Amino acid sequence: MAVGPSATVTTAGLQAPAAPESAGAAWRRLGRLKWGVGGAAVFLVVVLSAVLAPVISPHDPLSVDIRHRMAPPAWMDGGTRQHLLGTDQIGRDLLSRVIWGGRVSLVVGVSAVLLSATIGVLFGLAAGYFAGRVDWSIMTLINVMLTFPFVLLALAVIAVLGPSVPNMIMVLGATGWPVYARIIRAETFALREREFVVAARALGMSHLRIIFGQILPNLISPIVVVATLQIAQVIILESFLSFLGLGVQPPTPAWGNMLGEGRVYMLNSWWIAAFPGLAIFITTLVINLMGNGLRDWLDPHMKL
Amino acid sequence: MRRYLIRQLVQLVVVILGISILAFSILHIIGDPVTLLLPQNAGKEEYIRYKHLMGLDQPIWVQYWKFATGAVQGDFGRSWYGNAPAFRLVVDRMPPTIYLTLAGLGVALLIALPLGVLAALKRHSFVDTLCTLLAVAGQAMPIFWLGIMLIIIFAVRLRLLPASGYGTWQNFIMPAFCLGAFLAPITMRLVRSGIIEVMNMEFIKTARAKGVAERMVVVKHAFRNACIPVITVLGLQFGQLLGGAFITETVFAWPGVATLTVDSIRNQDFPVVQCAVVLLALIIVIVNAFVDLLVGLIDPRIRAGA
Repeated sequence: MAVGPSATVTTAGLQAPAAPESAGAAWRRLGRLKWGVGGAAVFLVVVLSAVLAPVISPHDPLSVDIRHRMAPPAWMDGGTRQHLLGTDQIGRDLLSRVIWGGRVSLVVGVSAVLLSATIGVLFGLAAGYFAGRVDWSIMTLINVMLTFPFVLLALAVIAVLGPSVPNMIMVLGATGWPVYARIIRAETFALREREFVVAARALGMSHLRIIFGQILPNLISPIVVVATLQIAQVIILESFLSFLGLGVQPPTPAWGNMLGEGRVYMLNSWWIAAFPGLAIFITTLVINLMGNGLRDWLDPHMKL
Repeated sequence: MRRYLIRQLVQLVVVILGISILAFSILHIIGDPVTLLLPQNAGKEEYIRYKHLMGLDQPIWVQYWKFATGAVQGDFGRSWYGNAPAFRLVVDRMPPTIYLTLAGLGVALLIALPLGVLAALKRHSFVDTLCTLLAVAGQAMPIFWLGIMLIIIFAVRLRLLPASGYGTWQNFIMPAFCLGAFLAPITMRLVRSGIIEVMNMEFIKTARAKGVAERMVVVKHAFRNACIPVITVLGLQFGQLLGGAFITETVFAWPGVATLTVDSIRNQDFPVVQCAVVLLALIIVIVNAFVDLLVGLIDPRIRAGA
């Protein structure tokens, strides 16, 4: 199960000496990444709409309009202009709820990723740099964690702690780190034998200064790429927990709990479940596009 | 080979030990079983009495030892909710989960193998682009949403398939497709990159130089060798697959371990949750170990290298 350093292909050892690149070339390279740039643009729209939710959402996401219960989207028979995406079972405006729902998902996604990236990078650096027994212990821990399906682990912990947004961030953050640790460990293994690290050691630099001053700066690209892609995973998982009723609690709008509530009414009112799910899908899609583009832009040889 | 086996075995034992510790600490260190079990208005005396009754005032390692020795014998305690051994409840729900997982794996392979091979052979063609798009979309798709959309379209609107339930082959179609769609993108990418890598190798050139028909080159020479990384990663992805099955089950009310676990979480029935977590993790570990062994048997280079 454990992959030894010799068996892992890393990019760090293969990098050609970086030639200085003109601004024009950088822009041309960016042009080739139209999917990534497009993804980033849409992601920006999603983020902005979540941040500006109080300003742009047409209705209060919690205000109940009992006369217009389960109104279909505006373009269907019986739809009203007032509610572009229709309303839910107690007449709350779906468009407003979808806009507000993005807030929770993005906050949980980004915070959990920051937490797990920090833990994972620290573990990965320690395992890769110190090797030997430290490496063995950390790899065993990683193997144990990776054995559990992410979903199961998160569910079990949430079940004990009780559902709330801070708990969810903690759980998703504390269970997501092995992904980073594995990659950072492999890259660190390759870096620690490079001349500049050997030289730093010969100069008598402390381990801490070598790790954070010499090695870590070389690992920023893979960390950024993995973290970006992980945001999408965390958002899906957060939505699933909320979908089960074990995440964000109603009436706070979150894409997951809207989908869970909408499921009950799918016989007559498909839109209640369809639109929050579509919002999750689009958001994770553009984050993945952005992450892939970022990888190609930062380092086309990166193997993640 | 012997050393390889021993190393694998030691690792297996360590990981199983780790799983038991993790499963134990989720309930006993992060949470407190007594608070979870007692009603909220229970007094302090009541609390202490139950703590003593359940043996939870003993040192933590004594408690762990009791848990571990029980678990080895299939004793995870009794369900706090239904009056039955937790182990029995979980094992009874295992078959549907396993069938669903296998069906999902089958669907994923049916989608991924032909598309992956085609994409690799005709790089930068229409098929290749289509595959890339499908893969990107598939990886971003929350399968619980996909499942609900399938139900709305095929069960509610077209009335072709049952929305949920278990028993007939029609019940399998949507859940299996859902799970297959979850696993297919990564499999497809693996097959594609595997074939591309193999097609550049010397023995392919030799086969072509000998005048072997291109179709046979692909089927007999390239495909077989590309299978090794696919098997490895699929085996290691088994945990993800089971996680996907977990999500799929809850959408289609599939009577497997996942629905049991989620119901038990809602009922605060922790012995069952604990038992389900340990057994699922155990299955994953055993499958992983088996795959490692299989790959080691197929490819001597891996035995020597790892």
